[in-house]
Amino acid sequence: MPSLKDLKNRIDSVKNTRKITKAMQMVAAAKLRRAQEAAEAARPYAERMDAVLGNLARSAAGSPTAPLLLRGTGRDDVHLLIVATAERGLCGGFNSSIVKLARIHAQKLLDAGKTVKILTIGKKGRDQLRRDWSKHFVGHVDMSEVKKLGYTNAHDVADDVLARFTAEEFDVATIFYSEFQSVMTQVPTALQLIPAKFDGAAADDTAPNYEYEPSEEEILADLLPRSVATQIFRALLENAASEQGARMSAMDNASRNASEMIDKLTIQYNRSRQAAITTELIEIIAGAEAL
Amino acid sequence: MADTMQFDLVSPERKLMSVEATSVVVPGHEGEFTAMPGHAPFFSTLRPGFVLVTAEGKETEFFVTGGFAEVSETAITILAETSVPRGEVTREHMDDLLAVAEDGIQKAAEHHRPALAQRANDLRFARDQVAND
Repeated sequence: MPSLKDLKNRIDSVKNTRKITKAMQMVAAAKLRRAQEAAEAARPYAERMDAVLGNLARSAAGSPTAPLLLRGTGRDDVHLLIVATAERGLCGGFNSSIVKLARIHAQKLLDAGKTVKILTIGKKGRDQLRRDWSKHFVGHVDMSEVKKLGYTNAHDVADDVLARFTAEEFDVATIFYSEFQSVMTQVPTALQLIPAKFDGAAADDTAPNYEYEPSEEEILADLLPRSVATQIFRALLENAASEQGARMSAMDNASRNASEMIDKLTIQYNRSRQAAITTELIEIIAGAEAL
Repeated sequence: MADTMQFDLVSPERKLMSVEATSVVVPGHEGEFTAMPGHAPFFSTLRPGFVLVTAEGKETEFFVTGGFAEVSETAITILAETSVPRGEVTREHMDDLLAVAEDGIQKAAEHHRPALAQRANDLRFARDQVAND
């Protein structure tokens, strides 16, 4: 049986924990709003880019002179997995679920006899993968200094990836991130970057017959690298929103658990106090009767 | 025929401008062109330079480093990698861009060099324009 003082201390400490988790939840909520706005603002560019590329890619598909980024190297032996996670923890299963998806994917590739290379973005993913996958690591992008995620960050990552592609270090690149759906749900997603894939964008027959300057193929060659950067940017933005959403609900749970614990401890505290008073009274009465 | 068209300037991070414009001058890959309402559907990549938008009698100018423009009869959309209002472009900023571009030429493979040299040239030209402001 813990003493009254111990109980009091524990109640106080849990109260402090609750204060912290509540504050973190509020901060996450504010950051989430900003992250969502950023993701929203980036949408027009990405959508136009996709539509234009989809159109161009359809006409260039199958052509033997199509850019390598579109038709691939013709092999799929070496896979580059870009695992984008957060720099920070305390956000529920956010980081783990991305890493888990990447792990399953990597294992499948290994079993099929392919070579796997891993590029990590964000500290948490690297830490989790380090134990059993560190020999596959080819690089890490540190985002801990980044206060506000900008296009330049994504551009730098894309440059790195494209340089590796040009150096024929890999054949297929896939990025792993978490798609933001709501505060409660974030879906870990794998998106193939190289060779570029355009699905869903059904042929837009209403699109006017554009005249292209320079030629369609040159435009395609110019746009594909940009599209890689845009897609990485989008993944990072989704990730940022997901992270804050996950943290918000994790901290909400933590606050609720702390409240429950405080209630339980308070009841225990009151009971012990009552018991102590009763014992004292019995002692006094017994003493008086003995006289 | 309408005498204005929808003009959108979009960067990867946000929409920078969205107005009804009467004419837009665009630094296209094969040279500068002016898009006005009723222009034939046209698609071009951009080179570093200035986009001049005329809307409601006012002129606005942006510096863009690259991207592409999509022109249709009723709308023009510019997807620019980076764009800065002309008034905010500084000489130092341009010098930095130029330095990066020139650095790139040295590192690039042989067959990429002409394109990169062209880009550096465009930047140099744009810088001189800023310097003359």
